[in-house]
Amino acid sequence: MTISPSGPALQSRFGAAVTRVVESCGDTIAYVSRDRAHEILAWLRDDPGQHFNYLTDVTAVEYRDAERPLEVVYQLRSLDRKADLRVKIELAKREPLEVDSVCDLWKGANWLEREAFDMFGVRFRGHPDLRRILMWETYAEGYPLRKDFPLRGHFSRAEQTRQALAANPEAHYSLEELSIAETFHELPAEMRERLAKGERGKVG
Amino acid sequence: MGLTPVPAPESRAELDAASPNWVTTKLSALINWSRTRSLWPMPFGTACCAIEFMATAASRFDLARFGMERQSFSPRQADVLICAGRLPFKLAPVIRRVWDQMPQPKWAISMGACASSGGIFDTYTMVQGIDTIIPVDVYVPGCPPRPEGLLYGILLLQKKISGESLTDTALREEQVLGPHGLFLPPSRIDEVSEPFGNSVHQTRSA
Repeated sequence: MTISPSGPALQSRFGAAVTRVVESCGDTIAYVSRDRAHEILAWLRDDPGQHFNYLTDVTAVEYRDAERPLEVVYQLRSLDRKADLRVKIELAKREPLEVDSVCDLWKGANWLEREAFDMFGVRFRGHPDLRRILMWETYAEGYPLRKDFPLRGHFSRAEQTRQALAANPEAHYSLEELSIAETFHELPAEMRERLAKGERGKVG
Repeated sequence: MGLTPVPAPESRAELDAASPNWVTTKLSALINWSRTRSLWPMPFGTACCAIEFMATAASRFDLARFGMERQSFSPRQADVLICAGRLPFKLAPVIRRVWDQMPQPKWAISMGACASSGGIFDTYTMVQGIDTIIPVDVYVPGCPPRPEGLLYGILLLQKKISGESLTDTALREEQVLGPHGLFLPPSRIDEVSEPFGNSVHQTRSA
């Protein structure tokens, strides 16, 4: 396999903002700078010659080598051209882990970015709803997929049990997550009123 | 529960009052007989054990032979909670609420290695045995247990219920959850779970 034509196209258009383009196991990987990543991803989506209209995944990687930067990975797919491209942003660990959200480009990025935030602590600027998604919202032990996170967590089992039991499983779900949004008008008036006021579930 | 030492009665009259008589023993036997043969299970299936549970409930193994004709998907009409699969911490308050919603008399079966001890998932997400959240009557080992294993566990539970006494109100007491879950001292945990893991030096409380 050779490098996808999107790689050289990126380099000629964005110059130094694309630090390098490599080929690995048949996939093309473009490393881009954090500051222009959003602009580059928008171009990859909208340019007629690229047209990467499907965002397969957003995730992050941390390597065992402590000096090596943490990477945020965007896996793009063009459904029309049947082409793939992987875009990576390298984040030095001594700097704040922050990148721009791509929720405005691909709506599907919403939960993917929440997962990357939940597991790695990468903050996505401009994300409409950056909350934990896999761990419960009051989870206080840190970011589980970071290399400095012990397998059994930071707290003792007793403390973990206590915190888990203190969590309210109904407290933090939005209307959309409860699938009420589409049938909102069919709900009883009294319930609509309560939900409109933002009332959330309570443990009895 | 059964491990708690009962203080010895001090007088003969107290002993007589505490001892079951002919009527209560016969009544107990009748009631226990009916309870053992109409256990309604509340399946709490979270993983591959739930697939084995479904196989147990289906026609080949046929749970209905043991009086479990009706799967009770509402905890309020259930007698036995069968936790089939691993329990993450995120589900801990959920299973506790399901258990609290079940009316007495109620029992719990912990099905499989993960529900009983956390199994291979000795990680930050996993409850290390559901007996830290709810009291368990029967543990079924296996990963996952075969349907025969679960049926044997159910038969053991029926045997346990047959030996219950109506006069023993402690059996029907709700076990209140402390701030850190159900409290068992580490020595007790090691005592009931020995041997644990793949080494004689590994203890469950550690």
